[in-house]
Formats: sequence, structure tokens, C-alpha cells
Amino acid sequence: MSDVNAYERTEEPGFGDYVALLKPRVMSLVVFTAMVGLLVAPVPVHPFIAFTSILFIAIGAGASGALNMWWDADIDAVMSRTQKRPIPAGKVQPGEALGLGVALSGLSVMMLGLAANLAAAALLAFTIFFYAVIYTMILKRWTPQNIVIGGAAGAFPPMVGWVAATGSVSLEAVLMFGLIFFWTPPHFWALCLFMKSDYADAKVPMLTVTHGHDAARRQIFIYTLVLAASALALGFTSIAGPAYIATALVMNALFAKGAWAILRRTTEAAQADGYKVEKSFFKLSLIYLTLHFGALLADAALRALGLIGGAA
Amino acid sequence: MIRAEHELHQRRLGRNVGVALSLVALIAIVLGLTFVKVTRGGGAAALEGFDHAVRPGMTTPETTAGEGN
Repeated sequence: MSDVNAYERTEEPGFGDYVALLKPRVMSLVVFTAMVGLLVAPVPVHPFIAFTSILFIAIGAGASGALNMWWDADIDAVMSRTQKRPIPAGKVQPGEALGLGVALSGLSVMMLGLAANLAAAALLAFTIFFYAVIYTMILKRWTPQNIVIGGAAGAFPPMVGWVAATGSVSLEAVLMFGLIFFWTPPHFWALCLFMKSDYADAKVPMLTVTHGHDAARRQIFIYTLVLAASALALGFTSIAGPAYIATALVMNALFAKGAWAILRRTTEAAQADGYKVEKSFFKLSLIYLTLHFGALLADAALRALGLIGGAA
Repeated sequence: MIRAEHELHQRRLGRNVGVALSLVALIAIVLGLTFVKVTRGGGAAALEGFDHAVRPGMTTPETTAGEGN
């Protein structure tokens, strides 16, 4: 919990410091996945309503980021990766982050409800609650499966985008959720394997710290297999076309191969070559997610141009 | 006498301009949304809705079809 007195203001905060509270890099990923979720839905959405919906989904995600920085300021100050965030850097007061987070949460949910529909607004509200309360306040410091649960928060945006267009959740939306949900653990644990992290100093139970690298390697492999099943299942739904099916076949084969290589390695071997396999697997994971959602968008474009048949 | 220029104004200029632009953007978005919602779908009947009395004409497929927003 944040201690107000622990972060004395050292300099005047600029507008950019408040923007930094919203985690702009996370927001850009949310914009991309929410946009795909909205555009692949078989319901045409007015361009301005689509723009507004995506904007406020992103602002909602940013609001949960601000709430996360408010609550986690104490551990952010301990870890070198997060020390320069506005609160531990002494630029923004914890109370300001709380205020901004709550205000933007309310604004984004209200505006999404007005622009799209109440179901999408309710789902966005739940996403913010899930990330800020269930993940940040309860589970992050309590269980080594924290990344799995945190991944769920990151997996909601395409589903919110889909609901903004269609008004309800369907199998396609659930499988798009699954794509990010099962992708997050292998992606993040691979990073934990080769990054010298200070989660232990911050007393955050990270799988690589609590159960060791070998357990993390096993978990990466298991989640990669589940991810492959989920990604290929999405290929059988109405939103997938040739681009997605080709991408899913190639990328999941590569990803499974990478996860197998990680599983077979020992920490000694990894240290010997500077975590080469883990680093390339992490890079592959970034390409993996971008290509899957890009392919969904490409198939939607092909359908819109009438080049392939489909639900739309 | 009120000093129009205080050192604080200069120091916080960036923040104030940022907040101003954000508010203008929000106004533009609400205006744009209103324009889109009023000018498309349903027409006057949908806007009027079941204002004071149930109107059977509202429930015909012609006026209730659409994506509901």
C-alpha cells in the first residue's frame, strides 16, 4: 500500500507525467487488439463510433494502469525497471494517480456506454475492476500464477471491442480472449528467465523466483500447447480466413518448437550462451501475437472486399 | 492589485494547455457522437421512442430493426 509521505515531490509534474501514469505502451497494444475485435465483428460499425469506442477502451485501460501505479508505488520504488515511474520518481503524488484513475475509469465506462452499448461498458468496467482490484491488490503479491491472472486483464480488450460492435459475447470473442490469455504466461516467463529481475526484493512471488527456472520452463511449454489449441480453434470460427489459418499453422508450429527448446534446456546451458534461446523465444512471442491479430484484420479486409466468403 | 502574470502560470503552462486540449477533444467527441447518433438509423420515430404512450407503429420491424444503438 502506498505511503503518501514516502514520495516527496521533487519537481513540477508536466502533462506527460500524467500521461505516463496511463502506461501508453500498454494502451497502444489495447488500441490494436480492441480495434481488431471491433472490426472483425460481423456487424458494421459507424467509423466515428468505432473510433470513439476504441479510444475509450484504451482510456479505460490507461485508468486501470494509473490505479495500478497508485497501489504498487511501494514495489515500483524497489525495482529498477519501474523506479522511473512518475510516483516513485517523485513527480506525481499517489493521490493524484488515484484521482486520475478513478475519474478516467468513470469517464471511459460512461462514454463507451453512450457510444456503443451498455454491455460493452459493463465489460470494460469489469476489466478495470479485474486489473486494479483482483490482480493488482489481491493476487499479484500472493500467488506465483499472478501473470496468468494479470494476462486475463490484458485479454479483455478484443472482447470489449467485439461486444461494442455486436452487443454480446460469442465464441469468437472468447477465443480472441484465449489467444492473449494463454499467450501472456509463456511471453512473460520467458522474459523472467533471462532478465535479472528484482521481484524477490519487492516480495512479488514470481514463478521463476518461487519455483525456479525448471518449473518456469515446464509451465512455458504447457501454456504454449494450450495456446496453440486455442489459436487453432479460432481458425474454425467465422472470423478466420486463409490469412489467419496460414498464420496460425506457421506461428504455432514455430512457437511450440521454441517452447520445446526452452523445456529441454538447463539453466547452465542457458547461462553458457547468454539465454539465446529464451531471448529469441521472447522476440518470437511479440511477432506471434501481432501476426495473429493482424491476420484476423487481413481476413476481415478480404471479406469486406468480397474476395472471400464469410459471415460479414 | 492582481498580478496577471505569476511565476506559477509559466511553470504550469504545459499542463494547463494539455488539459485544455483534452477538454476540447472531449467536447468534439461528444458533439461528433451526437451528430452521428441523431443523423443515422431510425429517424425521428426512433428518437421520439415511446414518449408518453405506447405506439404500436414503433414495434413494427421497420423501426425496430438495427443494431440497437
